[in-house]
Amino acid sequence: MSTSVEAPAIPGMPAGKVGVWWFLASEIMMFGGLIASYMVFRLGSSGWHEASAHVSVALGAVNTLILLTSSLTVVQAFAAAERENAPALRLFLGLTILGGLGFLGIKAIEYTTEIRAGFTPGAGIFWSFYYTMTGLHALHVLAGIVLNAILFLAARVRTPRRVELAGLYWHFVDVVWIFLFPLLYLS
Amino acid sequence: MNQARAGTITAEAVEHHAARGFWRTYVFSTDHKMIAKQYLTLGLAWTFVGGLLAAVMRWQLAWPDTAVPGWGEIGPEVYNMLVTMHGTIMVFFVAMPILLGAFGNFLIPLMIGTRDMAFPRLNMLSVWTFALASLVLFVSFFVPGGAASAGWTGYPPLSARPAYTGVNWGLNLWILAQALEFAAFLMGGVNYLTTAIILRAPGMTFLRVPMVVWQQITAAALFLLSVGPLIAGAVMLLLDRTIGTSFYAPEVGGDPLLWQHLFWFFGHPEVYVVLLPALGAVLEVLPVFSRKPLFGYRWIVGATIVAGGLSFIVWAHHMFISGMDPRLAMPFSITTILISVPFAYIVFAMIATLWRGSIRFATPMLFALGFLAMFIMGGLTGIFNGSAPSDIYVSRTYFVVAHFHYTLFSAVFFGGFAGFYFWFPKMFGRILSEPLGKLHFWLTLVFFNVTFFPLHHIGLAGMVRRIANPLQYEALVPYQWINVVSTVGTFCMVATQLVFALNVVWSLVAGRRAPTNPWEANTLEWAAPSPPPHLNWGPALPTVYCGPYEYSLPEAREDYLPQNLDPARAR
Repeated sequence: MSTSVEAPAIPGMPAGKVGVWWFLASEIMMFGGLIASYMVFRLGSSGWHEASAHVSVALGAVNTLILLTSSLTVVQAFAAAERENAPALRLFLGLTILGGLGFLGIKAIEYTTEIRAGFTPGAGIFWSFYYTMTGLHALHVLAGIVLNAILFLAARVRTPRRVELAGLYWHFVDVVWIFLFPLLYLS
Repeated sequence: MNQARAGTITAEAVEHHAARGFWRTYVFSTDHKMIAKQYLTLGLAWTFVGGLLAAVMRWQLAWPDTAVPGWGEIGPEVYNMLVTMHGTIMVFFVAMPILLGAFGNFLIPLMIGTRDMAFPRLNMLSVWTFALASLVLFVSFFVPGGAASAGWTGYPPLSARPAYTGVNWGLNLWILAQALEFAAFLMGGVNYLTTAIILRAPGMTFLRVPMVVWQQITAAALFLLSVGPLIAGAVMLLLDRTIGTSFYAPEVGGDPLLWQHLFWFFGHPEVYVVLLPALGAVLEVLPVFSRKPLFGYRWIVGATIVAGGLSFIVWAHHMFISGMDPRLAMPFSITTILISVPFAYIVFAMIATLWRGSIRFATPMLFALGFLAMFIMGGLTGIFNGSAPSDIYVSRTYFVVAHFHYTLFSAVFFGGFAGFYFWFPKMFGRILSEPLGKLHFWLTLVFFNVTFFPLHHIGLAGMVRRIANPLQYEALVPYQWINVVSTVGTFCMVATQLVFALNVVWSLVAGRRAPTNPWEANTLEWAAPSPPPHLNWGPALPTVYCGPYEYSLPEAREDYLPQNLDPARAR
């Protein structure tokens, strides 16, 4: 029997960060399940090229650029929060939100053109996956916008740690898009 | 809560927190103990519904197409609904809220010596999301077309088009209720893991954490990492049903097998999500009532984690006859047989814990031993299901029904009751009646076997699952007496639970007040008052000096050594 008193707490690991990482792990598994299903289907059958030729690579690329840029601004927002530079923090949070809104706007234009051309979610297995994957991702972008908007509007809750955690989530949403763009648009 | 998390709060702060109104104390509470009781209440309420559905179902199987007293006659459609909702309720709305929601919330902060969960408000959101899920599922019984009837596994194509089962809204609400339930336990799981990682008391190193906490957080991690693909699958199913996507429609490029893969990728870890907390409760009870250290603590922790990891690569053993590539059968048989190694280790460690102990046959111990015996039976029949050649014969028969009731029923009821009788004095501050508890145990054990043991036989005789009227099949007519025996067993088992209800109500109203440590146990929750006050501990957090299972030490004065007892004072 060993009797000693050691401090169990892990230094430098705040509860919020541990919680967010576990949450992101479950999110990764959800998108992972979708992406794996898509890849198994796509490798197992033919006729996908004709369907995927109808999505706009140009608009998808612009959206990729916008999301990647917003990842940069969210990091700058965190840096500003650590320097306690409130105007810069609000500026970069605002730019991130604008990036997210821009992404959703372009996504809406894409959806409209595709549905007008008759490519509805019921138009075939590619379109089923396309709308489900991008739609679920768009909901996550929306959630990220809401998070950042709360930080932007409510100075009371705006701590560097919360900016960091919101940024962590925003990066995750970007990374999902980095997988979706080549899988749905480029292949 | 920042103040409370720091550990050192003043006595006035404790009293201030304790004086809150009715709503903040009983309904909108962030206290982990109250949230545990809320989960317990909801789970017990659902047990009643799930048990009622099972009883009606068994009546139909024993005396097909006769009117059920108080219900009326049952057609095949209603029978399908009974099977579906019984499975859904028992797994997701009974086993999880009681074993994870109630035990996890109550025990984790107390046993690791902290004041509350890492995110108390998220915890409240979790139980309220679960309440909303319960409401949605309950309402689904009363919508036009009735509740879901595509089986608790919800396989497409049956579940993918409303026309196939005649149930539209019932099944949509079923998916919604499941999604809300998953969200509730995702929030709970994030909380359990973060709390156990961050908030342990001084001296509570990872290898001094009580076994039930290890089992709870492993279960939480398994749930977090396995439920995602099923959520994706459920979204696809809902979209197939509502906006006409074609994920599960083979005529336009979809594949119904996709659902089975996604469902069982979650489904097998889910079995352990339910099993591990019950196993943990039993692992706590055994050393206390054997007055011996738990055998092989570190190896049990390792075996649990290994079993959890392996549970992610066994899922296709549920699909041997589904039409998937038959070459997959061999690897999945091997991983499945492999997973019995860590569990066999845990079972042998339990038996070794009993070996030459000074066993006290109190009610929690009886239920723990009942779990051990019944779980071994279920584990043995699992070998027949896990290897493809024998499973092809028994798959989808009542042999499988008997198998998973021997494992899941023993986990949820025997393991759950072991924990309930063990921690009831701490939860409610009252002592349960021992004679009534023993009566409850013996009657449950006998009628459990009367109900489920004969099902092995009728399954091997060829009775497959989910048939509403066995007498339609000539080959099954000579075996109908088995269905009658099983049904009589079910009714007796349900009636036995009245003893339990009586015991609980009687104790809550007029039971003896529980002392702080009625079982002479070591773990930290027994150092807090019964029931523990808000924020659990007085002004200072407990300090931990040793592991949780130091029983019958030759150098100690008592035959137990509480974890928070300074060793200098123990001799």
